[in-house]
Amino acid sequence: MDLLNALVALTNFVIVPGLAYGSQLALGALGVTLIYGILRFSNFAHGDTMAFGAMVTILFTWLFQSVGLSAGPLPTALLALPFGILGTIALALFTDKTVYRFYRQQKAKPVIFVMVSLGVMFMMNGIVRFIIGPGDQRFTDGERFVISARTFKKLTGLDEGLAIKTTEALTVVTAVIVVAVLFWFLNKTRTGKSMRAYSDNEDLALLSGINPERVVMYTWMIVAALATIAGVLYGLDKSFKPFTYFQLLLPIFASAIVGGLGNPIGAIAGGFIIAFSEVTITYAWKKVLTYGLPDSLAPDGLVQLLSTDYKFAVSFAILIVVLLFKPTGLFKGKAV
Amino acid sequence: MTDTMKHTLLFVFVGVMILLEGMTDFLFFSGSWNSALVILNMGLISAIMAIGVNIQWGFAGLFNVGIMGFTALGGLAVVLVSTPVIPAAWASGGVSIVMALVMGALTVVAAVMVTKFMPAGKLRALVLAVVLIAGFFVYRAIFDPAVGSVEAINPALQGNIGGLGLPVLLAWPAGGLLAAGAAWLIGKTALGLRSDYLAIATLGIAEIIIAVLKNEDWLSRGVKNVVGLPRPLPYEVDLQNDPSFVERAASWGMDPVTASTVYVKAGYAVMFAVVLLALLWMAQMALKSPWGRMMRAIRDNETAAEAMGKDVTRRHLQIFVLGSAICGIAGAMMTTLDSQMTPGTYNPLRFTFLIWVMVIVGGSGNNFGAVLGGMLIWFFWIKVEPMGILLMELVTSGMAEGSALKGHLMESASHMRLFTMGLILLLVLRFSPRGLIPEK
Repeated sequence: MDLLNALVALTNFVIVPGLAYGSQLALGALGVTLIYGILRFSNFAHGDTMAFGAMVTILFTWLFQSVGLSAGPLPTALLALPFGILGTIALALFTDKTVYRFYRQQKAKPVIFVMVSLGVMFMMNGIVRFIIGPGDQRFTDGERFVISARTFKKLTGLDEGLAIKTTEALTVVTAVIVVAVLFWFLNKTRTGKSMRAYSDNEDLALLSGINPERVVMYTWMIVAALATIAGVLYGLDKSFKPFTYFQLLLPIFASAIVGGLGNPIGAIAGGFIIAFSEVTITYAWKKVLTYGLPDSLAPDGLVQLLSTDYKFAVSFAILIVVLLFKPTGLFKGKAV
Repeated sequence: MTDTMKHTLLFVFVGVMILLEGMTDFLFFSGSWNSALVILNMGLISAIMAIGVNIQWGFAGLFNVGIMGFTALGGLAVVLVSTPVIPAAWASGGVSIVMALVMGALTVVAAVMVTKFMPAGKLRALVLAVVLIAGFFVYRAIFDPAVGSVEAINPALQGNIGGLGLPVLLAWPAGGLLAAGAAWLIGKTALGLRSDYLAIATLGIAEIIIAVLKNEDWLSRGVKNVVGLPRPLPYEVDLQNDPSFVERAASWGMDPVTASTVYVKAGYAVMFAVVLLALLWMAQMALKSPWGRMMRAIRDNETAAEAMGKDVTRRHLQIFVLGSAICGIAGAMMTTLDSQMTPGTYNPLRFTFLIWVMVIVGGSGNNFGAVLGGMLIWFFWIKVEPMGILLMELVTSGMAEGSALKGHLMESASHMRLFTMGLILLLVLRFSPRGLIPEK
């Protein structure tokens, strides 16, 4: 019984939140890695693109809520998501046309692109704050739990409850669907193949008649969609605040690099590695250990390796270790 | 018009702007000498930070986005150097904390030794894991109780290990040293990899430094802030109570309160200007020296420089440490100016990316450009808000009083700052990538 309780507590506090957070990071890291693979720079504006997408979705969610449209037990934000994606795609294509294309034609160095993306980051950040303000916005509605702690306790008779929030379940399901569609697109369609070819060897791809501007355009569209989905899922699960999205940049970059920049499978694996290390290292293990160990060994303290405020330090430490021992990432990425 | 004249005029422009701020309240100016001096002081500090970044980026092409962290370390140095000694804290747990930190450092050194001297393989991985895990638990075992006892001492006012009680001016070089140490550690690991990785590594280290400052209450009281740090200049209240100062203020035709605040701020401005000029002179000399030429050679073509026998990674590390030290000095000066340490206020947009805008706009590779960019962009950073409000008043003047849109627009005007800074950065990168005062 104790062992079961320990397992349930572990699932409740570590595995479920870790899976949800990992999916969010993976989606974010996929966007970063695609930009890196095809446009060949680290996009510092990605966090703010996520914030922008989430913001557009929130505005549509409010509109739908005010006219009484809802998705039943699911959050209304799901209905608004397509509009958010369209808005973000429009913004991404506009940014590319007005800003990035010039440097592409100049064949500017990657570090110049990074600098430019800083400027874009500032402006997007400004736009988001200008429209929706810097404060916290909650837009979750619908059913709160798939299964609440109390129901679970009643159902199983265990001391420990297991709560799965709708948003957590939704995050994981959406992430699986999105990743499946993305991989199908990259591996099976003509456009997807041309994108991979362009990423592998630009000159060869150009020689075989692939239109680079088209590839870039599709990349921005996919990245905008991924960023919006990641941003909305994160916002539903936690809450929407422009500054937190900016701070997500670090774990997202860490995920993409740990997995190998430019490698989509790596980005997903990296997302989960970072998420689970953050959760396990900052989780207070006392409860699980008290159940799992015999009484004589039960811990006195919280058995928390690091306080939760150091979660950045965790992603960063993993990043440094990987950079030191395997600079191309766990799954072979690019080293331009 | 020659280049020199043009560049001098740019500096004159910034000077006139600051003078106007003091003299007139026309449009977005405030007409207060206090406000003008506040802008000038922070502008001088920003200029110093911009020199630090320019040394890294302009001289050597290193992309450092962790300026905030080095600035914050400078601030920490002020607390550690200048606040009074708390003997009780040292008696109860201070020594153990230092010992724990030494143990932690020894663990890392041991781990590095293991990696260096043992042949690669399963055994090495095992030994490494044992060393790290054992080291971590020993560290926590010494550290946790010591921290608890230090934080229990007079927590409303202190609860930290205090400082050395030395003159606050000593904190400025100390801030530089602290930042240099951190830069050495991060440079040692991340330099030599591709350029983006340094950017991401520095972004991370900055966040971690801020997290440490916010959470380690024993060090600098965390988010409880350290206020009332010692100042190198007299307090306004003391000046106002000093009959000879009041007399002098009267002879200038000012009331004692304004006179005392202006006097103190002007004093800071003089001190900051001295530091700025000294650093500017050193940076100029370095740039002109063989060392500076070598740095630019490395920046322009690493492969060629390496073929000429230059140790590129070593030189990069050197310049990374130097530039970060300058940012640390500036950070210490800033905390001295505020006379308080508030870890919660460090924000990467303001302390890292804004400095980048300054360097790019001023002209990367040119020290005078960095100084100009620092002062100019700081002026705009402060003044964009009133400008935005003016603009919004203009835009909304036709709208009905009290309409929702008007309210929202007026309220959001203050968020124009980030947008404008991004726009300036993009415009300069696009149309004048060499900046206002280009590299020679």
